[in-house]
Amino acid sequence: MDKKTLKEKLQEKKFVITSEIGPPKGTNIEPHLKEAEHIKDKVDAFNVTDLQSSVMRLGSLATCRLLFERGFEPVFQLTCRDRNRLALQSDLLSAYVLGIRNVLCITGDHPFLGDHPEAKPVFDLDSVSLLRVATSLMNGKDMMENELDGKPEFFLGAVVSPGYEPLEMQLIKMEKKIEAGARFFQTQAVYELSSFEKFMNAVEKYRVPILGGIVLLKTAGMAKYMNENVAGVCVPEKYIKMMAAAKKEERAKVSIQIAAELIKGMKDMCQGIHIMPLGWEKYVPSVLEQSGF
Amino acid sequence: MLYTEMKDFEEIKKLLESEESVFLLGCGGCAEVCRTSDEKTIVEIEEKLKNSGKSVSGKLIIDFMCSKQLLARRLARFQDDLDRSTAILVFSCGIGIQCAGAVSDKVVYPATNTISLGGFQGLWPGEERCAQCGTCYLGITDGICPITFCAKELVNGACGGAKDGMCEIKTEKECGWVLIYERLKKIGKLDLLREIQQPRDFKKIEPDAKLRKTIHFAIDR
Repeated sequence: MDKKTLKEKLQEKKFVITSEIGPPKGTNIEPHLKEAEHIKDKVDAFNVTDLQSSVMRLGSLATCRLLFERGFEPVFQLTCRDRNRLALQSDLLSAYVLGIRNVLCITGDHPFLGDHPEAKPVFDLDSVSLLRVATSLMNGKDMMENELDGKPEFFLGAVVSPGYEPLEMQLIKMEKKIEAGARFFQTQAVYELSSFEKFMNAVEKYRVPILGGIVLLKTAGMAKYMNENVAGVCVPEKYIKMMAAAKKEERAKVSIQIAAELIKGMKDMCQGIHIMPLGWEKYVPSVLEQSGF
Repeated sequence: MLYTEMKDFEEIKKLLESEESVFLLGCGGCAEVCRTSDEKTIVEIEEKLKNSGKSVSGKLIIDFMCSKQLLARRLARFQDDLDRSTAILVFSCGIGIQCAGAVSDKVVYPATNTISLGGFQGLWPGEERCAQCGTCYLGITDGICPITFCAKELVNGACGGAKDGMCEIKTEKECGWVLIYERLKKIGKLDLLREIQQPRDFKKIEPDAKLRKTIHFAIDR
């Protein structure tokens, strides 16, 4: 893997692969870092999720730093769910001094969906205003226009959901995110190439790098659950049938095959892929291999 | 007792930018006591609007705009004035503004910010409508409140979690941002959503002492 940064690669129009690490509930981070070691040479950067699905876990910032120390390039996912504007700005400055440059700015899931549903939802800022604040910090000023003593440098990213209806509302928000400073986008899981192509045609005019999202299917039940509960995700019936027909020990193989088929279909439409293995990190090398990487 | 304050005239002017003719609608309830919908305030705004080149098709103060039925009946008598306007500028709490939006097919804009309900709930008891956020957003949403209609109280558009138009948190409730999108699309005003909204000003939630010193507050004590 060359030593260029994610930012440089995307700016040079190189095709990039990102994956992600979901920190553990507890302090046992070592196995997760080892999993990442297996795919270090094939993946350009690793997102670290910020209390994914509103479940309390080890923090994103600390995990990003551990990745950085071991020579990985981390993408710090920062949500507005748990921090007010003081904490968000402070964590951005902290990330910078800890060597972190890529920040994915997101609103975040509501705490109601996680394992602490009684928590106070913060949402002092939203994804758009967080991007704007990060941009302002880069220009040497905090939200209240106070001068900073030393300014950070970030490569800011955001998310978009290609299958969301009404799509036009997603696109309006995407434009706002770009205006606020987003320089790359990672998408919600894609399972339908035709609707992804429609989305890519609609956003081509923005000229911003898009990394198509891949979530490895684990079971037919998971696919059905996503279809019923996750906005913007539609797993086609043929994949559900393939997963349902596979014996338990064959499921991973079929899942890898589906992911590789999607990646091969997507790779000429967008500038990269973002693989969310959700615990199946060990299968990422096979997915990449079967996709031709 | 609802506490309201006037928006800056510059903000009102910007909200009404694309409107040619405006009908002014004030509430004779709580907002009148806050001097945000009394005759004098409305006439003042009328003058300012005329001076900045807007035409004002009519004006009306009715008691308790938060009663939707009452408002619909009273407004019906002013149908001619309403027909000659493209929009309604409302001087009331957030509930009154939403009532006006619900009973009229005109675009509604707030002239006020609602700061606190001060113990009194509006007369639209069916649903929570106004969270007294102090920065009324109804002017960019054509009368649908993004604070009470969005579980995350987002001001820059939907979060991406709504499924089939329903909120992923309060699954029995419609996604406010989908409703806003649909309404603005219908009236050709989607551009209202394109501007990035400033982060909310949470210090406005607490009414200042001056505003609290109203006749009603004094009686209450």
